[in-house]
Amino acid sequence: MKLYLKFDINAICKKVLQEQLDALNIDYSILGFGEVEIQNSASNETVKKLQDNLGEYGISVVESHKSILVQKIKDAIIEMIYSDEKISNEKTSVYLADKIGQSYGYISNLFSDVTYTSIANFIILQKVERAKQLILTNELTITEIAWKLNYSSVAHFSNQFKNATGLTPSAFLRIIDKRKSALQKKN
Amino acid sequence: MQNEIIRVMLADDDEDDRLFFKDAFEEIKIKTEVSTLKNGIELMNFLNQPKVILPHILFLDLNMPGKTGMDCLREIKSIDRLKDIAIAIYSTSASEEDIEETFVQGANVYIKKPHEFSALKKILEDVITINWQYHTSGLNRDNFLLSL
Repeated sequence: MKLYLKFDINAICKKVLQEQLDALNIDYSILGFGEVEIQNSASNETVKKLQDNLGEYGISVVESHKSILVQKIKDAIIEMIYSDEKISNEKTSVYLADKIGQSYGYISNLFSDVTYTSIANFIILQKVERAKQLILTNELTITEIAWKLNYSSVAHFSNQFKNATGLTPSAFLRIIDKRKSALQKKN
Repeated sequence: MQNEIIRVMLADDDEDDRLFFKDAFEEIKIKTEVSTLKNGIELMNFLNQPKVILPHILFLDLNMPGKTGMDCLREIKSIDRLKDIAIAIYSTSASEEDIEETFVQGANVYIKKPHEFSALKKILEDVITINWQYHTSGLNRDNFLLSL
């Protein structure tokens, strides 16, 4: 039997955070958008312990103001791509500037400085990643995936997928399937 | 985050290719630390030392005497401590079979060695940038396949 799972990343993160904070008896409030306020002054030791524990879940504390802003931009992009409602045709630059509260020129320069890539390329990468997940669940046709991810046509979607990965969507699916059965044989 | 140096490693028995590879990274704006090894046996001996600092991404020539790139790939994927290193195959061959087989065995990237230095620079920069996004943005590395 195979189960196909769908994750709510936000819910998972929130739950992990609560459990870890509770475990260390820290008084806190979760502010959303990846921010936690610690109410009473927790000792440096406790904070260090918390960072170590969260690290095991791939959650890390971001240090600088720039990194925080970049993380917010990434979160906003991911939220946009993963929302189940069809993304509106509002321009991405307007959406991001609105969400972050800074001009698009400022955030796009900052993003490139810190991440070595542009916002435009990051969006393509994330969209293609989302497409890969959808392809692997085998629930939607390529046409449906293209539509869901707001591509103007199947050809546009397939081209962008091929440009970003060097593979066609069907070659991608075939390789991952073969890899999975090779792994099963090994075990 | 922006100050972290990306550790890049290449195993290739061709001295010229190792040199071009190093030169290309010197001209790329991302901060990298590049080390090269002369063949697959040397590579596996290095990786199998205890407490060795692992590269973020490892480039493997397919055609090497002693241990081929494919041998190294299979070995790396069977060792828990090593299996999460991103693997880029770096080869003169561009046969569909080689490409598909290395992906099935767990490679993330397949690069056909270009003839022009400028093309090499562009390709390596793209690979490092995309690999970096997987590293820093919590993307699912199992789905990281890139053929260039």
